[in-house]
Amino acid sequence: MDAFEYASPTTKEQAVALLAGEWGSTELLAGGTDLLSLMKDYLVTPKRVVNIKSVQELKGLRYTAGSGLRLGALVTIAELVEHPQARKEYPALIQAAEGIASPQIRSLGTVGGDLCQRPRCWYFRNGFGLLAKDEQGGSLVADGDNRYHAILGNSGPAYFVNPSSLAPALIALGAKVQLFGPGGARELSLDRFFVIPKTEQDREYALKPNEILLEVLVPPATKVRSATYEVRQKEALDWPLVAAAVALNLDGNKIRTARVVLGHVAPIPWKAPEAEKVLAGKTVTEDLAAEAGQAAVSQASPLSRNAYKVQLARVAVKRAVLQAAQGGV
Amino acid sequence: MAEYKWPEAGKRALIGKRTNRVDGPAKVSGSAKYTYDVKRPGMLYGKILRCPHAHARIVSIDTSEAEKLLGVKAVRIIQGPGTEIQWAGDEVVGVAAVEETIAEDALRKIKVQYEKLPHLVHEEELEKVGDRAKPAAEQVSGDPDSAFKEAGVVVEGYYGLPVITHCALEAHGCVAEWEDEQNLTVWPSTQGVARVAGQFAETLGLPAGNVRALMQYVGGGFGAKFSPDRWGVETARLAKQAGKPVKLMLERAPELMVAGARPSAFARIKVAATKDGTFTAWQSESWGTGGIGGGGSPPIPYVWNPPHQRKRHTAIAANIGSARAWRAPNHPQACFLTMCAIEDLAAALKMDPLEFCLKNIALTGERSEIYRQELIQCAELMDWKKKWHPRGDPSVGPIKRGLGLAIHTWGGRAHDSECRATIHPDGSVEVSLCTQDLGTGTRTVVAIVAAETFGLPVDAIKLNVGDTRLPPSGGSGGSTTVGGVSSSTRRAAQNALEQLFAKVAPDLGVAPEQLEAAGGTIRVKGNPSKNLTWKQAAAKLGVTPIHATGKNPGPGNLNSSGVGGVQMADVSVDVETGVVKINKMAAVQDCGLIIDPKLAESQVYGAMIMGICYSLFEEKVMDRATGRMLNPNMEFYKLAGMADIGELVVQMVTGPEHDSRGVIGLGEPPVISPGPAIGNAVANAIGVRVPTLPLTPERVLAALEKGGVA
Repeated sequence: MDAFEYASPTTKEQAVALLAGEWGSTELLAGGTDLLSLMKDYLVTPKRVVNIKSVQELKGLRYTAGSGLRLGALVTIAELVEHPQARKEYPALIQAAEGIASPQIRSLGTVGGDLCQRPRCWYFRNGFGLLAKDEQGGSLVADGDNRYHAILGNSGPAYFVNPSSLAPALIALGAKVQLFGPGGARELSLDRFFVIPKTEQDREYALKPNEILLEVLVPPATKVRSATYEVRQKEALDWPLVAAAVALNLDGNKIRTARVVLGHVAPIPWKAPEAEKVLAGKTVTEDLAAEAGQAAVSQASPLSRNAYKVQLARVAVKRAVLQAAQGGV
Repeated sequence: MAEYKWPEAGKRALIGKRTNRVDGPAKVSGSAKYTYDVKRPGMLYGKILRCPHAHARIVSIDTSEAEKLLGVKAVRIIQGPGTEIQWAGDEVVGVAAVEETIAEDALRKIKVQYEKLPHLVHEEELEKVGDRAKPAAEQVSGDPDSAFKEAGVVVEGYYGLPVITHCALEAHGCVAEWEDEQNLTVWPSTQGVARVAGQFAETLGLPAGNVRALMQYVGGGFGAKFSPDRWGVETARLAKQAGKPVKLMLERAPELMVAGARPSAFARIKVAATKDGTFTAWQSESWGTGGIGGGGSPPIPYVWNPPHQRKRHTAIAANIGSARAWRAPNHPQACFLTMCAIEDLAAALKMDPLEFCLKNIALTGERSEIYRQELIQCAELMDWKKKWHPRGDPSVGPIKRGLGLAIHTWGGRAHDSECRATIHPDGSVEVSLCTQDLGTGTRTVVAIVAAETFGLPVDAIKLNVGDTRLPPSGGSGGSTTVGGVSSSTRRAAQNALEQLFAKVAPDLGVAPEQLEAAGGTIRVKGNPSKNLTWKQAAAKLGVTPIHATGKNPGPGNLNSSGVGGVQMADVSVDVETGVVKINKMAAVQDCGLIIDPKLAESQVYGAMIMGICYSLFEEKVMDRATGRMLNPNMEFYKLAGMADIGELVVQMVTGPEHDSRGVIGLGEPPVISPGPAIGNAVANAIGVRVPTLPLTPERVLAALEKGGVA
């Protein structure tokens, strides 16, 4: 990899001051599980790497019944998985975190890193660019091997899928994120954090190049039953083919409101309001769950090789709904 | 002259007992040093610039910027302007630098212009490959036309397996160091230490004796590591140019792109049987690629030999990294194509495939009685009779269970080997031969055979391997090693012992022929109290050690060839997601006389795991437009983890009739059957054939759309 400057700030103000105003010339280092491989493959070639691991205010996991869960951006996946109250209150989040790769990755990888990691699209990772265009400007993905690519939100130019494991669960649970830049802090609903890039120079999230993710705030979920269901071919060290996170706000047996979010199906975590509408006001049955699954993919438009993912998404939603209704465990 | 034979069943102290591998502690503790661990004083790191196009002609190369980079010590053009490149990842320029990262940066400063040429990287659709198809002549035996006409049941199917890679834990590569202008030492990661040195010498124009190869441990080869390879020879050339040792190990991406592929095989197959289930006819149109050279032709129908056959194979020249022998070359492909067609035929006959196989067992030829016994034994291990059901698990819910089976064969004849046994006057014993232990347990086998012969414990044997200055032994391929090294070691040890007997016989007052070595003593046969301890006996040598050699081939029937095995799989398939899980697999395997059952079983376990990997996960995914491999990494070139393997049961077939065959190789045969055993189990579970491996959710769901239980 090209030589680079290494900076290790201790405050968030120092951190953002070290970031450049445009993407690419500086990169943030937290767990490093993604950044190091991106750099070794020359997919990013920063002039400066800003290590934020010494910024204390980015650490810390806190739960209170009144305000819910606060996850500092540097909280590791392992810390999250082992937190007793998080386990009890947010099954969808914990199930998603437990699905992440390996003990090694969970020990190093951070919540912020999970949300900000770059797509796993094999065209991107093999150096064909984020939008994977051929020399004539056509998409290599649309006409290529797109078995792992998007079935929703794929009208182009981006066809990759968002790789975050935690985002679908966090969005289903109504999480917000705190961002911090030279102008101070701003808050964003997590579903608005992810964007579909239009050009090679864009990123997949709403951070500005000189902003950092401070923390994730998850509201209390005492009356919510939630679950994440991942369809994965391999048990370990593999990405889910499709994931669905469901949060059900129940009134006895009846669903008052539901949130359904799909992962690995679109360039952003994909909210499925069609499924939410099916569920609202009903009592959970196997048929209703299947109907919700069907509704979730009603807008799907598969590419040449990934029609099977429509079926996987349908099943993931159905199973997540049933799992959530049973208490989320 | 000693009579060379293996000890009788009742007289074996170590052979047939469960001995732990002798190099286990070194490997677990990390003290075992692999080529990857070799670090020589002043050593540089080599890297290779590779062609990004699947088919191209090199127009120009400019290395000037790379040469100027601080820390770069040698730059060599490997394939110059005008060269036609036939696969993405082929070698163009080599660089050696003081650090790996500098070498990598240097590669990025080299400017190469290519003229792109049309490429072909997909061969599954035969009608789309055009003039890349090289059909062989049709082969006919019996009268297939009449046989199909008269058949009670005819089944037609399409089956196939994609190109996969070897994916050894340790990548290819070597360290090269010149002693002077004419003498080279290499530390290769190889399956043939003795052979590879000669190949280096030949390519570099050196006298054969001027290249020394050294290797103690290798992180797997599976058939892909016999040659020094162009990158190995370039490592030596970079070292010469730089005047320093150079290490060049392939990164994972080129390892998967260029360092070995198992040829694909696809076939449209028609099989026929009489109404009562007698297998009568086979017809196949098969094709596959092993790279630009085309690739081998799978021996189909495999193991089974029905009387009427028509077949034709077409090799396809594709622009992918070229094929190398992959554990049991051509057999896994042939077995999959054959056993899937047979299972489909049995299903059409509404017969249990186990019954179909037993009914037709004579068609497997001379080994049919062993196969019959192995089928019955394996069925018992799986509780087949109770668990098998006709196609399509009728139980409710999305999880469907099924059973499948396959049978296989392999040769495994012993390779040439020479071993030197040394008995020192202090009683210590050395056994020396230039073999290599691929992780299969070769070291342990040699130590057991020597210890058994000398009547000593295994840890009394000092073993020297992996150095071309030792007596030569063959490369480890074709499952030839265990037969070769065990036979040469047995003969060397017997020869050494004969000399020792001659020396000590007068002290014991008997003829040398009346002596035997057992329990750490040299003793009189039938009168064990009349003995010398091993140390006392050796002391009689004075100051001169005994050196004795033994060779294979040689006198005595210590080895032979030809093994068989049966494997059965029990799988669960989620018909809503297409995910396949292995519940259990059982393997019953014969391989003649077994030196160490624990290591033999370990070979079978490893092969079954490798088989599960290629059945469920492995595929070299090539991009049609760019001609590049899309998954040259361990993220999307998927292998099984612990949780994906299920319960594995191994039963080695032993007994006097197998012992009498001597030692036969085992490394390859058990990797042949998993594909069809698992594929047939999936068909049995879901009621429809998933025609091609790997059995991914995508393929399983596609098959279920056409029929089955979902």
